[in-house]
Amino acid sequence: MKTRDLTELAARNLREALLRNSLTTLGIAVGVASLVAMLSLGVGLQELANKKLSKSGLFDAVFVSSRANQRGFGRPAQSETATREPAKILDDEARQKIAALPNVVEVYPEIRFPTEIQFEGKPFSTTVAGIPPSAKTEGAFDGMKGNFFSSPDADEAILQIEFAKDLSNQPDSLIGKNLVLRYAERQALPAEPSPKKSDPDKPSANSTDEVTGQSPGFSILPREKTFHIIGIVETEPATSVGSFGRGRLLIPMQVAEILRVAQANDLRGLLRRSSSKQTYESLTVRVKSPSQVKSVEDAIQQMGYGTFSLLDATKSLRLVFAVFDLFLGIFGSLALAVASLGIVNTLVMAILERRREIGILKALGAADRDIRRLFFAEAGVMGLLGGIFGVTLGWLIGTALTFGTNVYLHKRDLPPIDLSSVPWWMVASAIAFSIVVSLAAGIYPASRAAKLNPVEALRYE
Amino acid sequence: MTESANEVAIRTDRVSRSYQMGDALVHAVDDVTVAIRPKEFVALLGSSGSGKSTLLNLMAGLDRPTSGAIFAHGRNLAEMSSADLAQHRNHTVGMVFQAFNLLPRMTLEENVELPLRLAEVDRDERPSRVREAVERVRLSARLTHRPSELSGGEQQRAALARALVNRPTILLADEPTGNLDSVTGDAILHLLQEINESLGMTIVMVTHDRDRAARYAHRIVTMGDGKLLSDGNKI
Ligand SMILES: Nc1ncnc2c1ncn2[C@@H]1O[C@H](COP(=O)(O)OP(=O)(O)OP(=O)(O)O)[C@@H](O)[C@H]1O
Ligand SMILES: [Mg+2]
Repeated sequence: MKTRDLTELAARNLREALLRNSLTTLGIAVGVASLVAMLSLGVGLQELANKKLSKSGLFDAVFVSSRANQRGFGRPAQSETATREPAKILDDEARQKIAALPNVVEVYPEIRFPTEIQFEGKPFSTTVAGIPPSAKTEGAFDGMKGNFFSSPDADEAILQIEFAKDLSNQPDSLIGKNLVLRYAERQALPAEPSPKKSDPDKPSANSTDEVTGQSPGFSILPREKTFHIIGIVETEPATSVGSFGRGRLLIPMQVAEILRVAQANDLRGLLRRSSSKQTYESLTVRVKSPSQVKSVEDAIQQMGYGTFSLLDATKSLRLVFAVFDLFLGIFGSLALAVASLGIVNTLVMAILERRREIGILKALGAADRDIRRLFFAEAGVMGLLGGIFGVTLGWLIGTALTFGTNVYLHKRDLPPIDLSSVPWWMVASAIAFSIVVSLAAGIYPASRAAKLNPVEALRYE
Repeated sequence: MTESANEVAIRTDRVSRSYQMGDALVHAVDDVTVAIRPKEFVALLGSSGSGKSTLLNLMAGLDRPTSGAIFAHGRNLAEMSSADLAQHRNHTVGMVFQAFNLLPRMTLEENVELPLRLAEVDRDERPSRVREAVERVRLSARLTHRPSELSGGEQQRAALARALVNRPTILLADEPTGNLDSVTGDAILHLLQEINESLGMTIVMVTHDRDRAARYAHRIVTMGDGKLLSDGNKI
């Protein structure tokens, strides 16, 4: 029999026992739906975690220190020779070299200092942090009020919410207002050694970029700078290791660097080095994507610097999700297996009912193969319909769960999330899986129908 | 008994079909040798349980003999694969039953089309073949009726059209008038006679009715207890 005739007959038979076949198809659909719902939750949660983690700025960053290397988290210690080597200096030259490496987006130092600000005539003490332009794409700024810095060197500030609350009862009203930052500027001393008055707690550090050479030191000058408040954010994003969320007043990195504030680590650096160049205790390297972290890290280690990244942490996280998916998949498959028993049952029942029809078809010249294919086609069609219906149902369940979760999150003022995700590969493979399982379930009934003795089937009244 | 394929449409050679019933062996057909010539109209007579239907089913290729051979146009059905037997049922023979055996949910037209589907006849060709067969049994007005909307005689004519649609050379009818009143039954028998004469189709018909058999058939073969009792006109 030709496939088209076969499909017509199969469709006809399915329509004739509509209720029973619909219930069987529904059974398959429920199996597929639970499979899809569970997998979509698994995939959705994984995507969510990946997105949040990669946006956290932790997983696409390499932290570089001047020490040749030290133990990283779970990373084998560098060879003996490496540790013996004298510490390599992290200077501007090194910074530019690292910035020139492939896949590096940005290299910046950690700039963070305590300071005092003046707002509406009142003084407040706080911590200023320099924020690199790449932070714009990070998760911490997703739910922010107001805007990100209009340009990398704008005199603009973003307030951390707690600090904003300190400044005003209505934090939102702060956006658009100005505040005055008071800071200490390192000023290279002119040839004459005048400013011995400098604070003994913040004494000389290395000299600046502009003034090269033999400057014996610098003075600390009090300065003021006005910033325009353009946004309020929940937490400071991680710009460097061990610095999460401490900055309360965020300003563009470039501006912060120009402020040339005397930072504690610069002081330490000075004690070790006689070099007069700008040096850094550590640098943060932002890489295009977490997958390129490893190669960038290797390249920087080649240059003789110590590196650290959280790459290994993501690996184990992925493993956890793979196991999670596996378990969800197993439960979904069990549901589908139960559904496939429904197909076996329906088709075996159909054989009993259609004994005579099978006998007639055989008397008219149907081969065993035709009968087998007819029953197979019926199982396949139920599998296809059940698959399509099931994927839709599973998607709806996932969407409903996402909706419910987001209602819950909304009540708690949290940003919405995509809890479930049904990618195309899942749609296609769920339907294919449903058809395959249905066909497998059809093997026994189909071969039983094919073997039916036509003489007995026709005698049967 | 060395007739060529041309002289014989279907022939059984010492064919037996027995069933194991517990300890006993039931010989439904017991060592039957009979030959049917092309274009012959043969009536198969015998009491109930004498093995008529079993012999007819063996000739149709619906059943396999326990021993012996059945030749249809020179080919031994006993040695055919089941796929070849299906081909034989589809192309070489047409069957008509006492119970009509139409598929209840299909229209007359669809019922008659079934053998064409199974024979993989072109879809374009099917409507004209169906119409031709239905016209032959004079049921053109009932094409879209379902079996339940047809009278007994009409149902049997539909079954006859279905048996003819693939243009087989042999028609095997198992008590085609068994469920019909005598007038309707006579109409069916007339139709069979007409088909036999105009199409030259070989017909083997099982019946209980000796008078009718004598009136319509060329030859009467009688069975009793699985054996051949008499063959009215031996070759
Ligand atoms: N599947 C079977 N198992 C056991 N015995 C069978 C089977 N089929 C037929 N028989 C036996 O074979 C014998 C012949 O049966 P068959 O149906 O050929 O008779 P028949 O001549 O057609 O009778 P009727 O005129 O009543 O239709 C009967 O005794 C029957 O009981
Ligand atoms: Mg009988």
